[in-house]
Amino acid sequence: MRSSSFLSGILRGYTVLMFAFVFAPIAFSVIFSFNSARFPTIPLESFTLHWYQTIWADPDVWEALRNSVIVSLCTSVLATALGFATAYTDYRYNFRFKSAYLALVLLPPTIPLIIMALAMLAWFSKIGASGELWSIIIAHTVLAAPFAMAITRLRLNQMDKDLESAAWNLGASEWRAMREVIIPFCKPALISAAFLTAAVSFDEFAIAWFVSGLNKTVPVLILEIVQGNIDPQVNAIGTLVFMVSITLVVAAQVFFSLRQSKSST
Amino acid sequence: MRQPPRYLTFRVYQGVDLSQLNPVQNASPTERRMDIFALTWRLPIIVWQILFFVGPLLFMVAMSFFLVKNYVMQETFVFDNWSKMFSRGYFRDSYFLTLFLATLSTIVASLVAFPASFALAFKVSESTRRWALFLLIIPFFTSYLVRIFAWYVILAESGAINAVLSTIGLRPYTMLNTKFGTIVGYMTLTLPLVVVLQTFSLANVDRNLVQAAHNLGCSPWRTVYTVIIPLAKTGLIVAALFCFILSFGDFVSPYYLGGSKPPTLPILIIDTTKSGQQWPRAAVIAVVMMATLITIAFAAITLAYRKRASR
Repeated sequence: MRSSSFLSGILRGYTVLMFAFVFAPIAFSVIFSFNSARFPTIPLESFTLHWYQTIWADPDVWEALRNSVIVSLCTSVLATALGFATAYTDYRYNFRFKSAYLALVLLPPTIPLIIMALAMLAWFSKIGASGELWSIIIAHTVLAAPFAMAITRLRLNQMDKDLESAAWNLGASEWRAMREVIIPFCKPALISAAFLTAAVSFDEFAIAWFVSGLNKTVPVLILEIVQGNIDPQVNAIGTLVFMVSITLVVAAQVFFSLRQSKSST
Repeated sequence: MRQPPRYLTFRVYQGVDLSQLNPVQNASPTERRMDIFALTWRLPIIVWQILFFVGPLLFMVAMSFFLVKNYVMQETFVFDNWSKMFSRGYFRDSYFLTLFLATLSTIVASLVAFPASFALAFKVSESTRRWALFLLIIPFFTSYLVRIFAWYVILAESGAINAVLSTIGLRPYTMLNTKFGTIVGYMTLTLPLVVVLQTFSLANVDRNLVQAAHNLGCSPWRTVYTVIIPLAKTGLIVAALFCFILSFGDFVSPYYLGGSKPPTLPILIIDTTKSGQQWPRAAVIAVVMMATLITIAFAAITLAYRKRASR
């Protein structure tokens, strides 16, 4: 295998290229958000904060940001709570139709968003709830809960099964064992799930676009700006969106790996 | 000798300490199913998903039989939408285009991802792999829409790539509004996920078998084809399936980078819903998409878990 080090060199180079492809659009929007050219191209023109000043002064952006923050915060809390309850049920109980139960919980992310969007739009206008912020929250919770469930379930896997029974045997009620054993044990996973579900909600645009009515979230605003023409302020908004979602996802991962290193000691 | 912990001396059944219960009471586990504690954790998601997941989807199926008269939807049961949609040439064109693009995307993503996943699974250290996966999970949860807009600007006629091409004396190359543009967009969406899933399945391949193949004189290429790929088959197919589902349902790439001429099914859903106000016809498209995806998912999963013929 003399050629193998040469081959691994090529493979490594290829992998780096693939990462470059994946991160290129993120890097480009950040760079062009500081570029003064009206149409972003190479070579770069001068450095400017003009696009940030434009969006700072735009009340639509503030409105959208407010909506997005409300939606992702509420989604994050609801999805994490539902995800935790489901993960605990899966961890502790066996019952008939359990696989149907799990399918019911885990399927939503595999359904194309555009189909969910149409279904949600029709359903919400049927029950008279379309165009409200909380209709977006409800839809996003359906979408995000499986992620919260998966993260918490992985954490519960690492728990000693006897820990909970020990609490019962020492006289704790099921509720108290939940409060004082299970929830504290799952805390890093719950924080991680809260961040990740917030990120899912913050970036989701198809369902939000369909059911939002006049209450636009940030991605819906971007979608509408992009439909018009090329407007470099999208790069500025986009950079802010990237910052928020990357922060959320990285925070989620940090808490997720925190729990792993803790449990291995 | 260590004493077992005291709590282990009790039998615990379904979270209930049996020693504290009347034996008759816990004789039948079915009676215990209705306890409030268990239902508190089990019920919320059932209610939630029935109201806001199953409900909307079933209603959408029902809606495909409704009629729109004077901009008002009437809850009927007629097949008008179905026969109208199926008699339209554009619907058929759009269907096969979407199927073609999603298949192409799946093939391209699987092939492009494989060498990278292979490198991450076999050629780098454990910690490098962890970092790589950590990095790849970020874009998957990071505003896809903004990334597509960035590609729009990069690939445009006067965009960054063509600017570079012209400085080295080449003519601008049209990348927007082509299938190439659409595929670049699909890759932006799916590639990180496909690499993550492929890396997981490749990293789980038993190294002893790879070593054995090598010791028996199997060439590296042949090892990949006859040992590694068959062993990682399930994960590779699952990765491809996710790629297909994501590409099939995405409207952003074919719209902004592919030019939407002709439209794919998701774009058709948007046009029919937003400008046409024809929700029932959009529902027909959505139901056809769901049926296609379920068929393909079923086929893929059967293939993924099929045992290899014994020799």
